[in-house]
Amino acid sequence: MSTDITLRLTLNGQPVECVVDPTRRVLDLLREDLGLTGSKEGCGEGECGACAVLLDGAMVNSCLLLAGQLQDAALRTIEGLPTDDPLFEAFARAGATQCGICTPGMVVAARALLDREPAPSRERIREALAGNLCRCTGYVRILDAVEAAARVPSGRAS
Amino acid sequence: MGWTAADFVDGGSGPAILARMDQSSPATPVTRSPVIGSAVPRKDAAEKVRGRARYIDDLKYPGMLHGATVRTRAAGGRLLGIDFDPAVDWSSFVVVTAADIPGANSTGMLDGDQPVLAADRFRHSAEPVALIAHPDRARLREALAAIRVREDAQPRPLFDIDASLAAGGGLCPGNTFRDYLMSHGDLAAGEAQAEVVFEGRFETGAQEHVYIEPQGMIAHVDAAGVLVVEGSMQCPYYVLDTLAAVTARSAGELRVVQRTTGGGFGGKEEYPSHIAAHAALLTLAAGGRPVKLVYDRAEDMLATPKRHPSRTQVRVGARRDGRLTFVDIDFALDGGAYSTLSPVVLSRGVIHAPGPYRCPSARVRGRAVATNHPPNGAFRGFGAPQSIFAIEQAMDGLARQLGISPLALRQINMLRPGDVSVAGQAIDSATDFDAVLAQALAESDYLARQARHAAFNATGGRLRRGIGLATFHHGAGFTGNGEVVLASEAAVRARRDGQVEVLASSSEMGQGNTTTLCQIAADALGLPVERVTQAPVDTQEVPDSGPTVASRTCMVVGLIVEQAARQLRARLIDEAALAREDMSAEGFAAACARWFDARADAPALEVHARYEPPAGVMWDETTFQGSPYAGYAWATYVAEVEVDLLTGEATLLDFVAVQEVGRVVNPVIAAGQVEGGVAQAIGFALYEKVVRGAQGEMANNRITNYIIPTSADVPPIRVFFQEQRAGTGPAGAKGLGELPMDGPGPAIVSALNAALEGTGAMPLSRLPAMPEDILEATAGVHRTGEAA
Ligand code: FES
Ligand code: FES
Repeated sequence: MSTDITLRLTLNGQPVECVVDPTRRVLDLLREDLGLTGSKEGCGEGECGACAVLLDGAMVNSCLLLAGQLQDAALRTIEGLPTDDPLFEAFARAGATQCGICTPGMVVAARALLDREPAPSRERIREALAGNLCRCTGYVRILDAVEAAARVPSGRAS
Repeated sequence: MGWTAADFVDGGSGPAILARMDQSSPATPVTRSPVIGSAVPRKDAAEKVRGRARYIDDLKYPGMLHGATVRTRAAGGRLLGIDFDPAVDWSSFVVVTAADIPGANSTGMLDGDQPVLAADRFRHSAEPVALIAHPDRARLREALAAIRVREDAQPRPLFDIDASLAAGGGLCPGNTFRDYLMSHGDLAAGEAQAEVVFEGRFETGAQEHVYIEPQGMIAHVDAAGVLVVEGSMQCPYYVLDTLAAVTARSAGELRVVQRTTGGGFGGKEEYPSHIAAHAALLTLAAGGRPVKLVYDRAEDMLATPKRHPSRTQVRVGARRDGRLTFVDIDFALDGGAYSTLSPVVLSRGVIHAPGPYRCPSARVRGRAVATNHPPNGAFRGFGAPQSIFAIEQAMDGLARQLGISPLALRQINMLRPGDVSVAGQAIDSATDFDAVLAQALAESDYLARQARHAAFNATGGRLRRGIGLATFHHGAGFTGNGEVVLASEAAVRARRDGQVEVLASSSEMGQGNTTTLCQIAADALGLPVERVTQAPVDTQEVPDSGPTVASRTCMVVGLIVEQAARQLRARLIDEAALAREDMSAEGFAAACARWFDARADAPALEVHARYEPPAGVMWDETTFQGSPYAGYAWATYVAEVEVDLLTGEATLLDFVAVQEVGRVVNPVIAAGQVEGGVAQAIGFALYEKVVRGAQGEMANNRITNYIIPTSADVPPIRVFFQEQRAGTGPAGAKGLGELPMDGPGPAIVSALNAALEGTGAMPLSRLPAMPEDILEATAGVHRTGEAA
């Protein structure tokens, strides 16, 4: 245990201040302390992507991230994506979610990709999502969904 | 002939489906309806995509404790004691051992041989012996490290099927949980007629489910004294039965609630009963305080069952023209240390072992063998992927020996209307396996690609290409008389405003039943699907529609739901003047209102129905003859691979899956089942290897070193459905969920063997076929990249 620190960050667009052990996993901070359970724990060691969040716009696995690394950062979780993010509708319509446990992380990874590359090829999507495991879908419909979301005229996206 | 599920991606109704119906067939014709066959978006999608669905680990309660499990290390032996380090203050912990169990110390599966907590003897590594709980998760980890289980390890643990059979005992009589024999025709005559005989031995490895949500439960005792257990599970009533036995409580004092379940694939069929029992024991010891027992990935992989490893000896003989004369199969599964579900996994494996082929004489012996591995259990396919792999490779081997193509051998021998399968089931007039095979050949461009690969491989480079196919069928529903014994029940309930609920214990674990069962009910009620929902699965609220396994939910439970819905509609017609021809939601709601108005004291308008098996389905469990399944799905899968002779690496270039599954209730959900199953089976075929430690435990129990396919590993999976005839399920549906697990293994290995042909490589005969296996098969050939 290290000495607690006062952490200031922007979480889902809101300024947040909390006193926390800097070595606490961000995944635990989110799920247990802040009640944001949309990020899931599939492996706890950076392999599955179920815990993916956006740190200053880049996708990171929150199970490998420590609270101390959040100082002054902007953190976005699945709960912080705009309600009309076209990925939501696209995932639902394409059948890209089954059991759903991988889905928040998958959507976050797809958002990170589309923010960087608004019109990625299927091959690019395939590569960009290769760090997110899904055991249900075989990925086919997830790729379809991201392609479909990319086709939605921008302006609806954040 | 068919359509691709991609046609439905945008939720449209898609092109018309070509349905073939043999008029002479007694089956109900395939009918159109606006609800069945339409790509209704999943009802659970909106909350899942937004991260709002609440899984068991997302829940917490005031005063909740966290539980942990103390396990054995050795692969069997005697328990001498459990030492608690006196340096720890144990007074703040709840501790449970076998001595604290109020009822039976048995998880209660088929043979009841497995304890909930080992008391004296134990049979495998990672067997639970004690439970602890504490409010602080961090303290729990330290405490676990301060507990030492004293073990007197048994000297020579058994980890190999044949070694265990040879030992002849120690775990159970003959070290054999079950020994089944299916025989058909006159084997000696078949052997005498054979002009060519192929003999081979095939093996498949253990496979871990890797549902992305690890297993877990929360238990507490509510204000009314009811013990409530909620969590991730496939079979709430299995959990209820175990809890009743272990806690010595009546069903009324127990309540099991299924929470959003993050994948199951068979892995949450039986093991959740253990975790539920453990959580229940802890909450009882903690005065009813909530206890959460959620595994992390490492514990989940270490402790929970895997797909049974198998080894199969096949002898198959044919005349020179390719007609089979006999098949003789010795099939054995590694059941692990307790019998759990092995007997039923074995029977499905035995029945599927001869494949979809006509053979005048056959013998299949199947044994579920006891070893000191942690028990193996249910995994999508349930024994069939193992035995189908063996027969498909044997058919390829026989074709090589006959000098004909694997395709031709299958065309000569596949079951056709009028034939009788080895299990004794008559093949009805509407089955057209040739049409399934023909579409698979066309979609995969099989013959042309085969020719192109031959030319490509002839150039002698380090890359080789091949295409391979598997033809197979999968029986839906419980094997044999299982469905009759279960006599599952489901219900529909209408509210005053015309909103309808489906009441069933069938658990959504991703496969889509909270949508498809509603489609089935809506269709029978004449309602739009928005008017129907499935009630939360809670044993105090819903009847026992049986376990959510065996590809049975859509076909069997769907049929019961359909019947209940029809009866509900009939009651509204009789009792509330609903006009027979009125198929409007408003008319239905008005009739519901009239019904309730006339019965001020009626608590609910609810109709229950029970499963009745279709006529003519009889199965003799002692002779293994009869009709083991009410319906089969038929399929041909084609895989195209490229192999690097230098590295042994195999890359899938294309995958075509054509299947006949009766009426498709929801094309997007159905295609998703096939795509997901194919991807899982690609893992089984090429990537997923359980490595064992010295005590038989899974040594690579992390996602870091147990490799499942990622989006970068999965080729285009092209899925096609044929709806040739109506199945026995609702609106003509059949079961589908497990079928896609059967075909990819054999198709991929056939493709690999085709690619390696001419290199002098030994044909591959083991799953998974890892790069090192491919290098071993090509040893001495590949180094130069030259054809031998
Ligand atoms: S839980 Fe973080 S990557 Fe798996
Ligand atoms: S939907 Fe189940 S793991 Fe992806």
